Amino acid sequence: MRRLILGHTTEFTLLVVMVLLCTGLSFATDRFLTISNAFDVLNVSAVNIIFAVGLLVVLISGGIDISFAVAASVVQYVTVLALNALGGGNWAEGFIIAGAVGLSLGFVNAFLVWRLNIISIVATISTFNIFFGLLMFFTKGVSIYDLPEWLSTRVVFYEREMSDGSWVELTLPVVVMILCCIATWFMISRTTVGRKLYAFGDNPEGARRFGINIGAMHYISFGWLGLMAGIAGLMQAHYAQEVVPNALYGRELDVLAATVLGGARLGGGKGSVIGCVLGVLMVSITQSGLNLMGVSPFAFKMIVGAIILIAITLSSTRFDKLLPSALRTSTKKGSAQQ
Amino acid sequence: MSSLVRKFNAIFGADMAGPVIAFIAVMLIFGTFADNFLSLATFGSVAFQLPELGLLTLAMLLPLLTGGINLSVTFAANLSGLAAAWVLQAHGGVDAPPSAFLFACLAALATGGAAGAMTGAAIAYTRAHPILVTLSMMIFLRGLGEFLTRGGDVSGFPAYMAPLGHGTLLGLPVPLLIFIVCVGLWHVLLTRTKLGFGLLMIGSNIEAARYSGLNTRKIQVLVYTLSGLMCAVAGIIMLARFNSVRVGHGESYLLITVLAAFLGGINPFGGFGRVLPVFVALIVLQLLSSGLNLLGANQHLATALWGVLMIVVMAARGLFSSYFASLRKKV
Amino acid sequence: MPSAASAKLPWRKEIYVIMSAEPLLSLKNVKVTFGGVRALKGVSFEVNPGEVHCLAGENGCGKSTLIKVITGVYTPESDAELYFDGKPITAMTPTLAQSLGIQVIWQDLALFDEMTVAENIGFQYAVNGKYGLVDKRAIEQAAEKALARLGVEIDLDKPLKELPIAQRQIVAIARALVGEARLVFMDEPTASLTQSETDYLIDIVRNLSASGVAVVFVSHRLAEVLEISDRITVLRDGSLVGVFPVEGMTQSRVTELMTGRNFDSAVIAADHDDKPVVLSVRGLSRAGEFEDVSFDLRRGETLGITGLLGAGRTELALTLFGMHRAQSGEVLIDGKKVDFHSNRDAIRAGVAYLSEDRLSLGLNQPQSIADNLVMASLDRLLSGGLISPSKKADVVSRWISALGVKIGLPEDPIRTLSGGNQQRVAIAKWLAIGPKILILDAPTVGVDVGARAGIFEIVRKLAAEGLSIIVISDEAPEVYFNTDRVIHMVEGRFHATYDPRRLSLTELESAIYA
Repeated sequence: MRRLILGHTTEFTLLVVMVLLCTGLSFATDRFLTISNAFDVLNVSAVNIIFAVGLLVVLISGGIDISFAVAASVVQYVTVLALNALGGGNWAEGFIIAGAVGLSLGFVNAFLVWRLNIISIVATISTFNIFFGLLMFFTKGVSIYDLPEWLSTRVVFYEREMSDGSWVELTLPVVVMILCCIATWFMISRTTVGRKLYAFGDNPEGARRFGINIGAMHYISFGWLGLMAGIAGLMQAHYAQEVVPNALYGRELDVLAATVLGGARLGGGKGSVIGCVLGVLMVSITQSGLNLMGVSPFAFKMIVGAIILIAITLSSTRFDKLLPSALRTSTKKGSAQQ
Repeated sequence: MSSLVRKFNAIFGADMAGPVIAFIAVMLIFGTFADNFLSLATFGSVAFQLPELGLLTLAMLLPLLTGGINLSVTFAANLSGLAAAWVLQAHGGVDAPPSAFLFACLAALATGGAAGAMTGAAIAYTRAHPILVTLSMMIFLRGLGEFLTRGGDVSGFPAYMAPLGHGTLLGLPVPLLIFIVCVGLWHVLLTRTKLGFGLLMIGSNIEAARYSGLNTRKIQVLVYTLSGLMCAVAGIIMLARFNSVRVGHGESYLLITVLAAFLGGINPFGGFGRVLPVFVALIVLQLLSSGLNLLGANQHLATALWGVLMIVVMAARGLFSSYFASLRKKV
Repeated sequence: MPSAASAKLPWRKEIYVIMSAEPLLSLKNVKVTFGGVRALKGVSFEVNPGEVHCLAGENGCGKSTLIKVITGVYTPESDAELYFDGKPITAMTPTLAQSLGIQVIWQDLALFDEMTVAENIGFQYAVNGKYGLVDKRAIEQAAEKALARLGVEIDLDKPLKELPIAQRQIVAIARALVGEARLVFMDEPTASLTQSETDYLIDIVRNLSASGVAVVFVSHRLAEVLEISDRITVLRDGSLVGVFPVEGMTQSRVTELMTGRNFDSAVIAADHDDKPVVLSVRGLSRAGEFEDVSFDLRRGETLGITGLLGAGRTELALTLFGMHRAQSGEVLIDGKKVDFHSNRDAIRAGVAYLSEDRLSLGLNQPQSIADNLVMASLDRLLSGGLISPSKKADVVSRWISALGVKIGLPEDPIRTLSGGNQQRVAIAKWLAIGPKILILDAPTVGVDVGARAGIFEIVRKLAAEGLSIIVISDEAPEVYFNTDRVIHMVEGRFHATYDPRRLSLTELESAIYA
């Protein structure tokens, strides 16, 4: 148990903070700690969590990507247009098209980082501009409200009316989100590809000496994020029942902040799906709580931004130094410097 | 040919090659395809528009040289501008006396400086990654700004501020003069001060710099504070030019500031770079922007173009450095 | 500390090893040239199965190049011959080398910090699984087997970053075993180990060799080399000097072979009791590093501090330099008590420290020679608050000629200089602050033998001019011939003080390596 905690200090700290937060909020407003609210939060967070698990893979492999939200917007557009051209299509076609377009946009980033040797922050700032500029240019900023029937119909897997009249619903985006989480978790911890990604992010030179294909690492990590972005875009369109070109604009920063909050490290080699989920939920819970407390929406961004700033700064200080010394591992003479 | 290259490098420095080539390319392309490109009107508009981009680039420059980055420059600039705007509003708005303007500037500088100092302290003392810290600061500043302005803009400023944004002095636009002074300051800072020396050393190896007695934490805090102060100056200029302040103004500048720095020969990992090639790079990029305007290019297409340009510049740098490296090996 | 196999296996198996019919690896006439430099000039090399073979030589003698030829990273000129297990190999590649069972454990280990011990050792199974799936059982089993073969116990679930360096090395060796190594190269494996950790590694190597794996040990730590090897191959300047059985070899003989010079230096120790005390240390302690250290250092005196790694020498130096704070005891400089909060305080008080890690801490490698030189003494270049380029150029050229540094241009990056010249610039950097006390930590690491003498000449001159110097080195001859007094530290304590005039080098060496 001690090993479990020590190996995942960030995730456990986050869990503790979240529990405290929920407790605090439940005192602040009695509408907070309800099951329907919990499901609301989950529904709202679904798209961001899908983004987060995609970004996690890129972070683990040692890179960074801030173009995925805009890429998702592009995917939304292209997918809906393609579906309309196909005479409506269905869920299968929707997912396939969205996934394929997302994947190819991810590959563009991989190409820039691997073949042209451009550092990932600069490469993805560039693709962010290219994707967004071209999107706005070709769409002229016009939203699409005319979605295929099946896409705009709410899909509810389970619903129940609560005693107070509110509804608890398990919607498609949440189910897809859970599937994406499981798929990502499986990929990074149970497949050899995933272990290679961790190794590459941890020690690129060591990975190279072991014969790991570096190019493949880039294409897989950015590709996975592209795929997730595509799926997230489709879910966003489904949830909002419309495609708005700049609806997802700015999400990348919130998702990045949440993912790092959840324990992923910018240098690579570290991170977990649970951490991502907790990170995104933390932010969503805070927003939900603030909303229920009647705080102005303009204040949201500021408060959430401040929390993220403090938390990210704190998370860089080693958490295990804050633990009581009984739980700490001993540092012996001759131990490697950190 | 190679002796020509060597002479050029000796006089101007190898990092001038990029901006100069780009300058020639821009002049040729737009001179041919855009009417009235090579005219006083074009250069005039460049002269007036360059300073805001330029000041933000100077703000971005110092963190880049230390191997970091400051993603919050545009929002720090606007928030500083907001601080100045409120002081002016509090003293009568359009009827505010010149003394209020002084206080307004101080307020702006204090805001920018404070944001920068906080960022610098977080980076220096917690060793958090600059991308993350400045990103969070950006989110926070944006949130704060939107909260305080409810997403709108603040306007209505005294008439005596107009010359600051639109006037000329000695034939040159006032903002441009201010910018040139700042370029001069940065040049002296980087080439002749302990701080400038120190920040370059940190950029290439922070631990070695520390072992040699440099106060690396102080330098980092100062770097980001100066960056914040420069953002404040940019904010004041933007206030004067547009006679209003909006939190999101100039958001698109972020990429361009980094582009100008890299085109101007700054090492993306830090440790090496000069102001003058960046200055030339800025002129080139502003000319490019004006040229696109003249061609009637769509604003969004221009955004995409900046992204493509960044890729081209980075790829070109990579190609040239490996070419020159292979040349050197043969000697 | 994990336990090694309790029975120390007999390692003098030379009868089996050397009389064995077929060498495992055999190279003849290997020539490698880089640019205009001939790195290997027709070298031959042989390793027998299960042998512990040492490859000895100075920096730049061609050891690393030879290993890279053997592992297929470099291709030698076509008239070279390479045989493995009796079969000729025409074109060695890294993949082929791995499949033959040739593994290299480089100094940087190339392990993965965030992964567990099991996953690091069984890494091969983590990245090659059926259907692309990770087989956790296979990984654990492989790791257990490898550790058992080495006779070692390490917690398999621990993340690697929590292990001390000595154990990480064992993980690296275990990983090589999983790869079914038959020939393992170890590049300077004891460089960062304490004495007890080194003993432990030596046991591991013996276990390995007893189980049939040949080990080639690249090291310049002659005491260990003599203890563990069956044979020693000495390279000098790209050529083979000879292959020698370890019987009858002494450290000075090996040194002579490696350097091509006779060690007939003279002791320079002298008394300085009439000079004032510059540095006075009393009962200085830092938990886990050193304890109750007391000594005096006089003007113009050169003090040597030696001992094996883990003795606390560098830690002591870092505390004197203000990088760390002592937990008890006091330090007086020129009779006044000092309490440093950072190395800047120390520098202001006149203490200078030349780091043993010249590549990443001692110098700023990508920056210019001039910038490196002035880095600690910028205040002296100011005129009107700004750095004066003429003063800087002046200071730079003065020091470069004073210390005889061979450079191209002062603007060249310092990494273009040789190790010895880099070290001279590093020393100049500290001299430029006008120090009272100069601490040199392992000043000749990575410096060629010819250049080493030059560095110590500088040290002698500085001492004559009144500078107090502390030389930290784990090479007994260095402190023996270049200091007035040698202090031997063992596990954080001052164990004994020696006067080079009153004992022989051999006596000193025995005392240290005992």
